[in-house]
Amino acid sequence: MNANISHHIPSEILAAYAAGSLGQAFSLVVAAHVSLCDECRAELAAHEAAGGAVLDTTAAAAVSPDLFSRVLDHLDDPVEPEPAPRARDGVFPGPIMDALKGKAPRWKSLGGGVKQCLIGGDTDGLSRLLFIPPKTAVPDHGHHGTELTLVLQGGFADETGHFDVGDVEVADADLDHTPVADAGAPCIVLAATDAPLKFNTFLPRLLQPLFGI
Amino acid sequence: MTSQAERNRSYSEQTVWMLAIRDQRDKAAFAKLFDHYAARLKGFVMRAGAPKAQAEDIVQEVMLTVWRKAHLFDPERAQVSSWIYQIARNRQIDVIRKEARPVPEALANEDESDDGPDAGQVIALEQETDKLRQALEKLAPAQREMIERAYLGDLTHTEIREATGLPLGTIKSRIRLGLERLRHELKDLRQE
Ligand SMILES: [Zn+2]
Repeated sequence: MNANISHHIPSEILAAYAAGSLGQAFSLVVAAHVSLCDECRAELAAHEAAGGAVLDTTAAAAVSPDLFSRVLDHLDDPVEPEPAPRARDGVFPGPIMDALKGKAPRWKSLGGGVKQCLIGGDTDGLSRLLFIPPKTAVPDHGHHGTELTLVLQGGFADETGHFDVGDVEVADADLDHTPVADAGAPCIVLAATDAPLKFNTFLPRLLQPLFGI
Repeated sequence: MTSQAERNRSYSEQTVWMLAIRDQRDKAAFAKLFDHYAARLKGFVMRAGAPKAQAEDIVQEVMLTVWRKAHLFDPERAQVSSWIYQIARNRQIDVIRKEARPVPEALANEDESDDGPDAGQVIALEQETDKLRQALEKLAPAQREMIERAYLGDLTHTEIREATGLPLGTIKSRIRLGLERLRHELKDLRQE
């Protein structure tokens, strides 16, 4: 556990993750950071407790009299075990290894020694790993919505401060920043943006297979 | 070491049922848990947007998951309603997303600690959860509605920033203490 983390996930993003309304790209940053940070793991659990309080106090809706017997009928059904989550590998926390499907990142050059590896992208955002040589500036990567950047190796600094392993920078679209990697080890980060099209209510979409589900 | 009788006197009914399900695969306790949560879950998932016709299917899946994943229930880290809330949210997400949601690394294998839960921690967490419930019920109606919509998954993170009023500081500190204790135990285990 890294006790030196000083830039955490904002509370509302942890709440949205707990509630399931956060897109896939940001959820990956949350899962990766929480893997490294007990402070945010505790805060996420606090939001889940708040969700539990909402569940406890919400108006109940009577269930069919036979629902319990239907549940009992399936209680001992054999279930296929879920695939075990992948373990941390080097600087990559388990959830990132899951996103990489257990393989090493396949870097593509962006020029100037900077490399990237896309690991997820859909209508609700984009996530990628960036590899930045020491003392190198991150090329312009104009983001629309918000961008979350989690440091996995090395560190970087920009106009807003310094970010070490485990730290998360939250940059709104209007932040014009030029992150520069520290001297020493190359800097590796997970960067995620949310795209304009978000889905924040889920169930109505059951009926409209917009995303080819 | 807490005896089962002691535990039954001091823990909430829900926790006692859940531990009986986890440790004894107790179907009578499962029936009680079902009676307590099924109607709440149905009301909850309908408010979260589930069509009436599907709401009971979701309740069924959530309750089956509670039974199947009972070994993951840890009353030192999450009170029963909080744990079931997570299962219900995951269930609703799974129904609409093709990709699994990224989840944090698990902390520890439950099997590693066999001396039972720390009763003080469990009870303190239950008390903090009660306080949270009371705080929610005391909020002004419009404020409460916003908080509920946030945890029903109905707001974006930007909208959630405006939904304030629920004091999470003390329950967070309590959970943090539990995590520290767990880290300590894991370290000891590794050194043994
Ligand atoms: Zn943190």
